Amino acid sequence: MSEYLYLIPLFPLIGFIINGLLMGRLSKSIVSIIACGSVFISFLISLFSFLELKSLPVANRLLEQTLFTWIPSGDFHVSFGYLLDPLSAVMILVVTGVGFLIHVYSTGYMSHDPGYQRFFTYLNLFMFSMLTLVLGDNFLLMFVGWEGVGLCSYLLIGFWFHKQSATDAGKKAFIVNRIGDFGFLLGMFIIFWHIGSLNFVDVVAKAPEVFVYGGAVVTTACILLFIGATGKSAQIPLYVWLPDAMEGPTPVSALIHAATMVTAGVYMVVRTNVLFVIAPDALMTVAVIGAATAFFAATIGLAQNDIKRVLAYSTVSQLGYMFLACGVAAFTAGVFHLMTHAFFKALLFLGAGSVIHGMSDEQDMRNMGGLRKYMPVTFKTMFVATLAIAGIPGLSGFFSKDEILWKSFSSQFGHPLFWVIGVVTAALTAFYMFRLVYLTFYGKERMSAEAKSHIHESPKSMTVPLIVLAVLSVIGGWVGIPHIFGVTNYFEHWLEPVMAQTASASGAEGHALLAGGGDAGMEITLMVVSVLLVLISIFCAYLLYNKKTEISTSLANKLSGVKSLLLNKYYVDELYGGIVIRPVIYLSLFLWKVFDVVIIDGLINGMAGWYGDISDTFRKGQTGRVRTYATVFMFGVLMIIAYMIMDI
Amino acid sequence: MNIDLLTLVTFFPALGILLLLFIPKDKADTIKSLSLIIAFVTFLISLFLYGAFDPIANGMQLEVNLPWISSFGISYHMGIDGISLLMIILTTILTVLAILASWNSITEGVKGYYISMLLLQVGMIGVFCALDLFLFYVFWELMLIPMYFIIGMWGGPRKLYAAIKFVLFTMFGSLLMLVAIMFILFEYQSVTGEFSFDMLKIISSLSFGYQEQLWLFAAFALAFAIKVPLFPFHTWLPDAHVQAPTAGSVILAGVLLKMGTYGFIRICLPMFPDATITFIPYISVLAVIAIIYGALVAMVQKDVKSLVAFSSVSHMGFIMLGIFALNIQGLEGAVMQMINHGISTGALFLLVGMIYERRHTRLIEDFGGIAKVMPVFSVVFMIVTLSSIGLPLTNGFVGEFLILLGTFKANVWYAVFAATGVVFSACYMLWMYQRVFYGDVTKEENKKLLDLDLREKVILLPLIILIFWIGIYPKPFFDKIEPAVKNVLEQVSHASSVRLTDDYEIIAIDKEQPGQEKLTLNLSEESDKK
Repeated sequence: MSEYLYLIPLFPLIGFIINGLLMGRLSKSIVSIIACGSVFISFLISLFSFLELKSLPVANRLLEQTLFTWIPSGDFHVSFGYLLDPLSAVMILVVTGVGFLIHVYSTGYMSHDPGYQRFFTYLNLFMFSMLTLVLGDNFLLMFVGWEGVGLCSYLLIGFWFHKQSATDAGKKAFIVNRIGDFGFLLGMFIIFWHIGSLNFVDVVAKAPEVFVYGGAVVTTACILLFIGATGKSAQIPLYVWLPDAMEGPTPVSALIHAATMVTAGVYMVVRTNVLFVIAPDALMTVAVIGAATAFFAATIGLAQNDIKRVLAYSTVSQLGYMFLACGVAAFTAGVFHLMTHAFFKALLFLGAGSVIHGMSDEQDMRNMGGLRKYMPVTFKTMFVATLAIAGIPGLSGFFSKDEILWKSFSSQFGHPLFWVIGVVTAALTAFYMFRLVYLTFYGKERMSAEAKSHIHESPKSMTVPLIVLAVLSVIGGWVGIPHIFGVTNYFEHWLEPVMAQTASASGAEGHALLAGGGDAGMEITLMVVSVLLVLISIFCAYLLYNKKTEISTSLANKLSGVKSLLLNKYYVDELYGGIVIRPVIYLSLFLWKVFDVVIIDGLINGMAGWYGDISDTFRKGQTGRVRTYATVFMFGVLMIIAYMIMDI
Repeated sequence: MNIDLLTLVTFFPALGILLLLFIPKDKADTIKSLSLIIAFVTFLISLFLYGAFDPIANGMQLEVNLPWISSFGISYHMGIDGISLLMIILTTILTVLAILASWNSITEGVKGYYISMLLLQVGMIGVFCALDLFLFYVFWELMLIPMYFIIGMWGGPRKLYAAIKFVLFTMFGSLLMLVAIMFILFEYQSVTGEFSFDMLKIISSLSFGYQEQLWLFAAFALAFAIKVPLFPFHTWLPDAHVQAPTAGSVILAGVLLKMGTYGFIRICLPMFPDATITFIPYISVLAVIAIIYGALVAMVQKDVKSLVAFSSVSHMGFIMLGIFALNIQGLEGAVMQMINHGISTGALFLLVGMIYERRHTRLIEDFGGIAKVMPVFSVVFMIVTLSSIGLPLTNGFVGEFLILLGTFKANVWYAVFAATGVVFSACYMLWMYQRVFYGDVTKEENKKLLDLDLREKVILLPLIILIFWIGIYPKPFFDKIEPAVKNVLEQVSHASSVRLTDDYEIIAIDKEQPGQEKLTLNLSEESDKK
């Protein structure tokens, strides 16, 4: 009963082909019907397949469909095949659901853009790639989607290709992702040559037998895969492309750079959790990088003035959270946060887009303020999202973030230090998000009179998706309420089949990790501490950016060094430029101008020249004068005679 | 009379040359049309060849073996396996497209030009069919002459320098090859008492001593490495490409470079297996250097055509690496990549030629914002760019992935360094694309450029189809390649120091210990168990 799985990515692909081939020949309404409709059908099929999966007994929740052999080479066989299990089911629902809402939103947001059809063509191609990524039943097909979304990201970041900054950002995104892909590829090679297959089902089945617990091979493989994840999911040291990616149209930032594509790295780690749990050193690496990124990006978010850049660093930071969860083997918590984050971060970006749209393309928060009365729907929905990301109890973000914090403390791979970093980051998050809300929607109206006259609430096509996402941001977390509240954690149960294999993989360790552990009293205490810290930091933001704005100015003056350090993102881009990019360019120039032209060609031309010189010398003998020839001839004869005589 | 297919496909263009000789040289249109028809029919014949080819059968097929100069044992021995089959089809397709691409750009000496193109085709197909060393050498040299004229007469401003450089480099290599062929001839005579140039006979009945193998391998390898071109013998390539007319570049990159790698597969590996094993590290290291070096130098080129030329150096490095991985994945990937490189780089040169015909410049800095004025052209260029940087579901990925996969098994570190090429290729291609196509249209001359016309679309469409076909469903191609590749591996395994495993992997005997099959992987499980 899984013969229809291929339809899920197929419909967006058809949309892409139709809109792409008939570029410029379709009216805007037809374009949007094709683009949104195809994604909506995908969503319906995803929903249907989800329900079918749910109706199966827990042990059998695995649907597979193999379409055809893709690459056959000796023992190496990779098929085009799709796999639906509880994990990919969650992913396709998020991708098609949020994706559909963003498609609808885009019909409003992009309505005046001359590249309307091109935009939706790319967007549908993205949906196809993303769905292939999550549904692929083997590493290589996942890699197809992986590179495919990278391509779409490149095309969409550079969508306004007349802008140098946009095309620079697109190129940067693609190249940095390729650095990650380099790791992904090598990781795949190790896995294939040891397991003999790239199929997820085979890998899950054979990895525990093939690899030694904590062995160098599996650790290397996991770290290489994780390098791939750091590229795609914007983690240290490869996060630099994501903030620049904000050059793209805002729906793109919401869809690709917040809700779906950037979570692919998290998905990949969870998908291969069977490998990671037998490589504790790799898990540790994931946790450390995740925690560090979460904190580091949050600090940068404190000082940014561009509304989208704040959200971009926030995304980097939240992705760090997800990796922290994975790193302490709380994969379920990671996926849970992935889902709730998709809701509220997509909402935040779309809200920001609505603001930008209403403000005639203004993105600097210093030129905003007091917008809540002009844009009530945008304000309310964004406020909900802000509460959710800040982790106010009851909203989706609270449950997922809390679960991560608790697991980072209590898991056997966890450490109290992870919890401390997590909580501090949560407080920073609350601070910069409320800073954003206060700067944008409260306080003095700092925009020009010209801009002010145009401010308007966005059309229905944009606000309705905002409202839907706001609802999801509130209730989205209710499927995963922790056990201590005396309810069933549906989300954890749902993903159990994917993780259960993990448990059997690592034997005793796995069971210990699934059982959770720690006591409820501790869990409550930590929860209360984190909520209190968040409330305090919200209050600080209120004081600094709403009540007594003069304090923030004087504070900024006192800490101008820190501020410019943060504002300039710790000068990491400059550092990369200085130690990587420029040396490579100079080296290349050297190789070309000196090695190729001077050394190799010099040698060869030199040889030719030398040959020519010799010929020149000999040529001088060819005078054409018979007397000279006769003299030489005579001389030669005499020599021969002399030789013959002496020989005798 | 029963003319066999191989003779037909090889000499049909020669028939065309005979016809062309009777057409007055001022009737340019007739000459062009006739050449196109001839090339197209040759292409159709090559499709028949595809149909007649039995994918399951082992060894050479459709063989013809007639005595030619019997006193020296020279025979007209032709035959193909899956590798040659695909290379022949690539040749016939690219020739048709190259002729179409020359339609408007070649206006002087039309007759001579098209005769050269067809003669070139005879040589190319001949090389892929020849199973007699002498015949091989004749075809090999036959290609050189028309190519020399194509570059030297219809080329750019420095055409003579480029043409002579091309010929001297190639001749230098092929002279050594000729000496080696002669040596083999006399060796064969001293063993069997008769003369023969027959490759199959030589492989089956001669086994050279180790020292002899080294010298013979080196002589052939030098000729082939110059053709590939393998670093550091590559400097003729950028000059030849930049000066050659579009069609010349297409054929040069698409087919002529493949002669080098084909030579390694057809001659060096089967005839000198011991030397092959010895040379693995040297050639692999040069290949890895070529991959990185070519990519880096490509990055800083100012002329699009020389950028593509240096990218060829990088891509051909991948192919060499795959061949010397000496396992199924590496070799199949290499053969696949020979085809892919022909398609992608061929397409790139065609595209560059199209914009050159409009603007008469190829300097990156002369463009900018082309995506706005030539949208279709830009999309096609993007697709080809993606294929060149090996994006999955395009042809480039399939070959590159298998090469790296195979290399990884043979030697982890070669694969690690080679895989950096994946990053660099994205750098140079996308940077070039950005500077040519994105941004505002700053130059007045670029504002009125016309988008692709029908002829140009017809040229590009088959390549686009192939890009996606091979990218999505390469199985038919692999079915043809696999028996041939296994055959080559079996021949290499005759080397004394190695043996062939059941899954066609060549492993060294002396290093082999019981229970340690995976010795080629540096990260062996042994280190885990301590």
